[in-house]
Order: sequence, then structure tokens, then C-alpha cells
Amino acid sequence: MNNVATDTNWTPDQPMVSIREVHKSFGDLEVLKGVSMDIMKGECICIIGPSGSGKSTLIRCVNALNDIQSGSILVEGQEVNDPELDKLELRKKVGMVFQQYNLFPHKSALENIMMAPVNVLKQDEKEVEERARMLIKKVRLEGKENSYPGELSGGQQQRVAIARSLAMTPDVMLFDEVTAALDPETVKEVLVTIQDLAEEGMTCILVTHEMGFAREVANHIYFTDRGVIVEDGSPANFFDDAKDPRTKEFLSQIL
Amino acid sequence: MQNRNSFKPVATNLPVLLPIAETAKRNALLERHEGTFRLNLTRSHLIGLIGIFLVLGGTAEAATPAGMIGPFEAIFKWMGFLLWGPEGTLKGFSLNLIISFFSMLVGTVAGVTLGLMQVSLLAPVRSGSWFVTQFFRNSPWLVLLFTIMFLFPYEIDLGFVVIPVPDWIKAVIGFSLPVMANISEVVRGAVRSLPSGQWESAESLAFNRRQTMWMIILPQCVKRMIPPWINWYCILAMATPLCSIMGVEEAVSFTTQALNAEGDRPELIPVFYSFLMIIFFVYTYPIARWSIRLEKKFAVKT
Repeated sequence: MNNVATDTNWTPDQPMVSIREVHKSFGDLEVLKGVSMDIMKGECICIIGPSGSGKSTLIRCVNALNDIQSGSILVEGQEVNDPELDKLELRKKVGMVFQQYNLFPHKSALENIMMAPVNVLKQDEKEVEERARMLIKKVRLEGKENSYPGELSGGQQQRVAIARSLAMTPDVMLFDEVTAALDPETVKEVLVTIQDLAEEGMTCILVTHEMGFAREVANHIYFTDRGVIVEDGSPANFFDDAKDPRTKEFLSQIL
Repeated sequence: MQNRNSFKPVATNLPVLLPIAETAKRNALLERHEGTFRLNLTRSHLIGLIGIFLVLGGTAEAATPAGMIGPFEAIFKWMGFLLWGPEGTLKGFSLNLIISFFSMLVGTVAGVTLGLMQVSLLAPVRSGSWFVTQFFRNSPWLVLLFTIMFLFPYEIDLGFVVIPVPDWIKAVIGFSLPVMANISEVVRGAVRSLPSGQWESAESLAFNRRQTMWMIILPQCVKRMIPPWINWYCILAMATPLCSIMGVEEAVSFTTQALNAEGDRPELIPVFYSFLMIIFFVYTYPIARWSIRLEKKFAVKT
């Protein structure tokens, strides 16, 4: 652990998320065996790899949905692997979007977006509503403000979920296989939304199987297999000049 | 607890049950999901009941000695007494309804509280409430009723005022205990049946546990809880005659009194009781059907 940044002296030139030697087990099964990576402010990184390689677990550790056994995760200098950690404070800074959307089915799209800022951040309801309407526009869902999740397609629900996370004005966004449950024709509308975000400078960590997206949008790509990072690099290096045989085999199956 | 819930009933291999095996399996799964057994009343039950009533009545009519009133005439004569008690005292069948309303009210309030304790994060609270729930859920209703009847004084002396506790209030307390336990299971089942993604997305939006529970989890559970809740009301309403054994002046007690007044003629007994069954059915059936309709409606939406 050579990173000594703490809450008080973190500056934007240091990694926004710094993951060091993270180990995580579920019972006897070790799913992360010493993973390290740094994500700078404004970067968009993609984590790819076969199923069960621990990539979803890794990003769930970043906002403390899963705890880790050893190692260190710093978010803006704040240690996540700390029993004293105020998880709720951390999660105000780290937004997350899930594979299964997980919208609240008893609330309309607009209410889904407004709920957390109003009740968690205690912001003024009028201002939040204004911002929520702008977010709906941003994810190209004008006219769906009052629709309930059950009335929306998968792609539309996922975009509401993205807007819902953005309403908390997070510094980092985590995307956990957000297109995996979607029909092929709606995958694109969600990816375009994420691409917009990345281009606006949002720090994004994606777990994804969308190679085209990774190649086009990511600043850096990590390939994980069986709990370790096998290879990482810029998209061009990674896709055209992979070194490790495991990476080559995976890419040959996917591309 | 996890193992108990994940146990899946299989279709029977008893030859005698084979014709209803599929239906029985489906109902068992549904009941396990809701944490409660369900009342499946159909119109054919009513036709059967009326048939029994008419056959018994006809037989009794034929057996009526000369100079005595027939069974149908006797029922007509006693109907008001059985339904409302003498001169609007709200006894008889109306007391059954009053007892069922109050037991349901008390049982629901206590049951929801107990059910929420069953999903608490504090292990002692969780296991304590689980024990209370299982204890009252698995005790015979009649035993609970007797216990309350004999444990509770007939009046409470506060020093400056003496509050009488009539038998029917004791019956309300006795019935509300099993209702409480079963509603507790309904609440626990509904909370557990929500996908874990709802908890996770609420957590990742920095909702604390209390907010998650009251704003996100429980509002979704209410819909799931209403049909089994109505179902339990029906079961309770049909169980209220149990308290006749303690001398509460409800429908069954009054039927016995009416039969006494008619000289305990044996041919009248089955006619009167089958008439009482029809009254209970006519009251319960629409409510049970309503719960099934609500359930179908909610099932389509989510």
C-alpha cells in the first residue's frame, strides 16, 4: 500500500478511484486475488472478461455493496475498506447502474429520479424536479416522465436508471453489465447515453461485453480472468496487439 | 429458515390423490409463497350447502309430529334472534362479526409490528419475534381461547374505577393472537419475496435502512399482503363460533338456546346448524372471491 492519500489531501490530479491488491472471497471461493487499478478523473475504463471472473464483484466493492477481505480501495482519497466507513456518504459520490435496472416499480420515471435527491440529500423538491426533467431530456425520454417502469421497455428503464443515478450528482459512475439484459435493438440507445456521459467528462467504470463500445469509448481496458487482471492497455493495444494467450483466446471467441 | 422456504412440494404419488395432484401442488406452492393457507370457496359449496339444508329440512318436515311447527317455520321464527339477538342487542351472528372485526384490527396491528421485527437486522429481535410468531401460529386456536378466558379477570380494578371485561372482549384477545402470528408471517413473506435488486439499488442511492423499508420495500409489499390478509379475515370469521364454548352469546350459542326452546327436538338440530352454515357462507364467500380477484389484478401488474 503505497498510496497515502487521505480524505483531506486528495487533489484531482491523483487517481479518483485507486484499487490496490484487493482480495475478496465468498466463503472458500476466492473471487478476487489481488486486483489493482487506478482511474483518473474523467476517465472511462472498461473491465471485460469471461463470466465468473470477478468483474462485477470488483465494481460492487467500490461502493461497498460487497466488502473486501484485504487490500485497499480509495475513492477520492477515502478508504472504502474501513469498518468505520460511512457507507451512505460514500454512495452519495458513487452512482451505480445495474443489469436488471432495479427501478422502483411503484413510482413513475420522474419520481424514481427525484426520490433520492429529495429524501437523501434533502434538496428542494422544486429544484430537484427541474433537474429531473432535464435529466429525462438528456437520456432522450421526453414524454415518459409519468410512465411507470412496467410501461417502459428495457432500454427505456435502463436510461431512467442512469438518470436516477445522475440525479445524485455523483463523481464516479459504476455500470454493471447494464446492457446484458437488453434486446439487441435497444442496446445502442443505452450505450449512446453512456458515451455522452463519458464525453462530458464523467468518470465511468464499466463492466461490459460490448467490445465495439469498449474500443470506441474506453480510455483503458482491463481484462480479468479467475480473479486476476490478465492484461490491460489502451483499446488499440488491447484489441490489436494482445499479448497474453488467455486474452487472445477470449477475443477470438468474442470478435 | 431459508431451507424451510426453499423446500418445493412435489406432486404426490398416492394413487388416490392423483386426479388432484397438479392442483394440489400448485396450491401448495402458492400457499408457501404467501406464508398462509388459502380458502378456496366456490359456488358449488353453496349449492351443496343449500342441498343439504333442503334435504335435512324435508326429512325433518316429514318427521314433525302433528301439532308442532315444522323446521322451516321454526327457522323463520328464530331468524331475527339468531342474526341480531333479542331486540337489537347485537348478539347472535352480529356478535360473530363484531368479534371478527376487532380481532382482525388488533391482530393486524400487532402482526405487522411482529412481522417487521422478523426482518430486523438485530438478531435477538429477529429470533425473539420468530419464536413468538411460530408459537402462536402453531397453537390450537381453542387452546389459546381457553387460556385467555381463564387468565383474564372478569373485571380490572384500577383503584378508582372498575372496568368490566365482558367475555366477548376476552374472545377478541384470544382470536387476535393467532391472527397476529399469521399476519406476521404474511408480512415477513412479502418483504422476503421482493427481489434483492430493490434493496441494492436503494442502498446504492444512499438510502438508509429505515428509508429503504418505508419508502421502497413496504409500499410494494402492501399489494402482495392484501389478498392473504383478506383470506385470513375469512378464516377468522369462520372460526368465531369457537367462543360459543365459553358462553359468549354468538350465533352457535343462540342456536343451541333456540333449539332448547323448541324442546330439543332431534329432527330440528341438523336443520338449524346447516342453516347457520349457509349464513356464514353467504357472508364469507363474496369476501373470499374478492381476495382472489384482487390477487389476479395485482399479478398482472407486477
